[in-house]
Amino acid sequence: MAMASRVFLLLFIMFSFYTELSFSLYEDQVGLMDWHQQYIGKVKQAVFHTQKAGRKRVVVSTEENVVASLDLRRGEIFWRHVLGSNDAVDGIDIALGKYAITLSSEGSIIRAWNLPDGQMVWESFLQGSNPSKSLLSVPTNVKVDRDNLILVFSRGSLHAISGVDGEVVWKKDFAAESDVIYAIGSVGSSQFDAYELNARNGELLKKHGAVFPGGFSGEMLLVSGDLVVALDANKSSLVTINFQDGIKFQQTDLSNIVGDSSGTAKLLPLKLQEIFAVEINEFVVLIRVTGEGKLELVDKLNNAAVISDPLLLSEGQHAVALVHHGDGKIHLTVKLVNDWSNDLLKESIVLDHQRGFVHRIFMNNYIRTDRSHGFRALVVLEDHSLLLFQQGAIVWSREDSLASIINVATSELPVEKEGVSVAKVEENLFEWLKGHLLKLKGTLMLASPDDVAAIQGMRLKSSEKSKMTRDHNGFRKLLIVLTRAGKLFALHTGDGRVVWSLLLPSLRNSACAHPTGLSIYQWQVPHHHALDENPSVLIVGRCGQSSDAPGVLSFVDTYTGKEIDSLSLAHSVLQVIPLPFTDSTEQRLHLLIDADQHAYLYPRTPEAIGIFQREFSNIYWYSVDADSGTIKGHALKRNCAQEILDEYCFDSRDVWSIVFPSRTEKIIAAVTRKSNEVVHTQAKVIADQDVMYKYISKNLLFVATIAPKASGEIGSATPEESWLVVYLIDTITGRILYRMTHHGSQGPVHAVFSENWVVYHYFNLRAHRFEMSVIEIYDQSRAAANKDLWKLILGKHNLTSPISSYSRTEVVIKSQSYLFTHSVKAISVTSTAKGITSKQLLIGTIGDQVLALDKRFLDPRRTVNPTQAEREEGIIPLTDALPIVPQSYVTHSQRVEGLRGIVTVPAKLESTALVFAYGVDLFYTRIAPSRTYDSLTEDFSYALLLITIVVLVAAIFATWILSEKKDLRDKWR
Amino acid sequence: MAPRMRSGSVILLLFVQFCFTLISSSLAASPGSGEGYSIHGRVKIPDFGAKGFGLPAKISNIKVILNGGQRVTFLKPDGFFSFHTVPAGTHLIEVAALGYFFSPVRVDVSARNPGKVQAALTETRRGLHEFVLEPLKDEQYYEIREPFSIMSLVKSPMGLMIGFMVIVVFLMPKLVENMDPEEIRRAQEEMRGQGVPSLSNLLPGAARSS
Repeated sequence: MAMASRVFLLLFIMFSFYTELSFSLYEDQVGLMDWHQQYIGKVKQAVFHTQKAGRKRVVVSTEENVVASLDLRRGEIFWRHVLGSNDAVDGIDIALGKYAITLSSEGSIIRAWNLPDGQMVWESFLQGSNPSKSLLSVPTNVKVDRDNLILVFSRGSLHAISGVDGEVVWKKDFAAESDVIYAIGSVGSSQFDAYELNARNGELLKKHGAVFPGGFSGEMLLVSGDLVVALDANKSSLVTINFQDGIKFQQTDLSNIVGDSSGTAKLLPLKLQEIFAVEINEFVVLIRVTGEGKLELVDKLNNAAVISDPLLLSEGQHAVALVHHGDGKIHLTVKLVNDWSNDLLKESIVLDHQRGFVHRIFMNNYIRTDRSHGFRALVVLEDHSLLLFQQGAIVWSREDSLASIINVATSELPVEKEGVSVAKVEENLFEWLKGHLLKLKGTLMLASPDDVAAIQGMRLKSSEKSKMTRDHNGFRKLLIVLTRAGKLFALHTGDGRVVWSLLLPSLRNSACAHPTGLSIYQWQVPHHHALDENPSVLIVGRCGQSSDAPGVLSFVDTYTGKEIDSLSLAHSVLQVIPLPFTDSTEQRLHLLIDADQHAYLYPRTPEAIGIFQREFSNIYWYSVDADSGTIKGHALKRNCAQEILDEYCFDSRDVWSIVFPSRTEKIIAAVTRKSNEVVHTQAKVIADQDVMYKYISKNLLFVATIAPKASGEIGSATPEESWLVVYLIDTITGRILYRMTHHGSQGPVHAVFSENWVVYHYFNLRAHRFEMSVIEIYDQSRAAANKDLWKLILGKHNLTSPISSYSRTEVVIKSQSYLFTHSVKAISVTSTAKGITSKQLLIGTIGDQVLALDKRFLDPRRTVNPTQAEREEGIIPLTDALPIVPQSYVTHSQRVEGLRGIVTVPAKLESTALVFAYGVDLFYTRIAPSRTYDSLTEDFSYALLLITIVVLVAAIFATWILSEKKDLRDKWR
Repeated sequence: MAPRMRSGSVILLLFVQFCFTLISSSLAASPGSGEGYSIHGRVKIPDFGAKGFGLPAKISNIKVILNGGQRVTFLKPDGFFSFHTVPAGTHLIEVAALGYFFSPVRVDVSARNPGKVQAALTETRRGLHEFVLEPLKDEQYYEIREPFSIMSLVKSPMGLMIGFMVIVVFLMPKLVENMDPEEIRRAQEEMRGQGVPSLSNLLPGAARSS
């Protein structure tokens, strides 16, 4: 039997050699362990395209600079384009019935996209000197030789652009015969000017100017063709200005219309004829302008109301939609502009209260079979989701908040309860065998397309990957993501579905002016004690944009998705430091640093303070101030000296500081190790049976500075005036372990720090190519000490002794640079449960793909001709460029549009890491940097194994019978 | 859109906010903004129609990126693209196209000869006479499954196992036949002494040890 097992072992070794070493995927494996979700972001503008029969669509532009065409029936994306990060869309429209027109970059770029497939048809660049508000309009009545003209006002001039090819037909003017363009504006604060221009040639027809004695507050609204409404300087009265023939002012006190005018008024732009809105005292007041500048109150709505743009129903009839909230429902009302008392439509829709208030509404109508008007409304909600209402129901909804993820954390799923049997999955043996036979056919390339589809379906169904319980390999987890809308989502790693979502109540508090979510931290991860507790996360937010605004804390249960507790802080939150201590309920201790460098301890329990006091002198942190170019180290001093004694508040003292000369160096990147990273071994055995000791310290900081002159874009500096300096700094003592200058290089720098190495990416201006460098740090003193055999025998080797940053360890630093083809958007490194598996760098390239690159390619010990021993160790011969193998893109043939970050989480299985890349799109997969050496691959054919065993057993019996027979024959002979 | 416009006269409200202009004029005076040169180029994708595998060359999803994301533009149906108001200097243009590997292009916009643009591929250091970018190679993101062959089946561990079995079952007796009859008799006696034959007896190593 020992022999047989040896044979099996041999075969398995052969088997493992048979598979080659690289991350790769077969095309039919797509979707087995990865998922990809496409989003667009919060919709800014929407234009419906429903006139023609066939596909009804809506073209939208979003705050993530996305232009997309959505299916109006199901909400799916027909096509989508993510524009550059500083190419914000100002206006969209549809021209000629076949092109979607976008105006972007403050009105300087106008593009036309083909509606069916999203192909860009033309692009025009509009020149002008003065940045100003830009407007886009596609009039239907302006036609020249069957060519629609698009009118664009941008950068201080008016352009007419041909809808067919994007040529600028004229600049500054145009229109049909009788048309006159008015340019109006205010000079200073009280002078009002109106210009009449001939639209055809830009000739100035008339100019009026008048001075309003009270002065304007700056806001103006065009209410009708010849009437402008403005607020006077102290915002207490409305001024209507008629500029048709000469300029006539008429002033009306706000209190006369509204009743009281104690609050500050604000004009809201509405595109209604003769009606405008004023926001005052939490109310929106709709005011109609009647003849001769008389104002009358139309409607008074509470603040959460949103009004759509008017919609032309028939000649002279415009409809608007109003949406407001009340008792957990949304009330949608459609009214005629000139007949306000009648409602064309009144609907109430019950909405998930996790979506918040309505922010925007876009309306569209259709003709019902009975020739009456039907309405559909596209609604953008507070949580950035997009909904389509029709006939009192939600037709579809999109969770577009997920396009703006700020931070990601993970959470385990609940443990599987007793009594749930696994037998249900494997229905019966026949089915099971049939499935495996199909799979076998697939691997042998004998399967027909139908079979392939069946295999895919079966794999997805049987893989149990979307179950809501913890699995053995640790593949099933919850991804907790915080989005810019202040909404928290839990995504299942199995299929990417939203398990729960929560619009954080503490971030919507009215006490908080402009609440913004900042980051998520693991608050409570129960595993040893307190197993009956649910895990929870801490969400840190801030009231307002400035860094000294007071903070908000929120604690959310990750199983139920309910907020357990929330705290409105009196102090600001500049830094959050998760400490490596937990209390008896496994709540992690967190130290929050405010703008005045006070440290606050959370949770605020006596137990926490007890743990904290024990480690009081061992707590250090650092702060990086890029503006002043300083890095400071801090430590705790004593309790805060305030009037009210707060035993959870501590003063800090500066331990050290490094000031970079502001004329020559500017900090652009500071990266440290992930605090939860696991390192398997400190020793690294090198070729000649020698050992190198990695210098592993959690307190190392990588800092990159560049010349201030070269801090701009790539074309802005010459190689002579740009340099990149990298530092390795110990954050306890402030000691600079290493400093290196790359002459002629500039940012942006993307860096990742893991174990004892840093990899960073920058631009080399001399070669005009991107480069990646690696720095590895080795502990020399340790290596020398461990050479002493006696110390080893007597157990005095210092592998287990504690390390102090104050003991000046001698370090050896090795470094090497390589060329890398692409620009990089994000860089990250795989992390596994025990840190045994070799590492891969995950590089988010400019093409929004994620490339997995073995760390072995970034090894400073690479040489052009490695010795035999080094080759055996796995050192790759040095090449000047890093290889880009298409099969090692973890995103394979998909793009994570607008890629911003890559997060890796270890699975329980040592060989595997989970990868989540986010941007406008989300992508999740799991990768095994050294192949799945501890489990069978997904496409392992159990059927083939079974058949082999059966054949072997049959053969044994056959030979046994044969030999018996032979024996018998021999005996008879 | 139609509803916004009144039939008859086209009225555009132009908020020429002079106060705003005053602030911005200082910005406009700074060199670079508002002026510069244009870079025109073309991306050419060879027709891999007969490829049959991978991605169809979808021109609408190709992006052209200036200076690592400073500006992004798209291709017109004929493959042309352009960047405007690019200041003089040395720039980098990258093409992001799924399924193709493009080399980044170094672009020198000359300040002395206004508008003169020189381009060179950074990967191969080849200068471009015409600004036409072509992929260096196409990228296959998936492994290709080996078509079914007897050899792959034989080479698989199971196949090797079966092959080994076959050798033992059919070749061993042949070997035995060629042996000296004396030795066979001795071996048979030994076997008889052991009783029922088992798998280990069939293996050559085990036979030797017994």
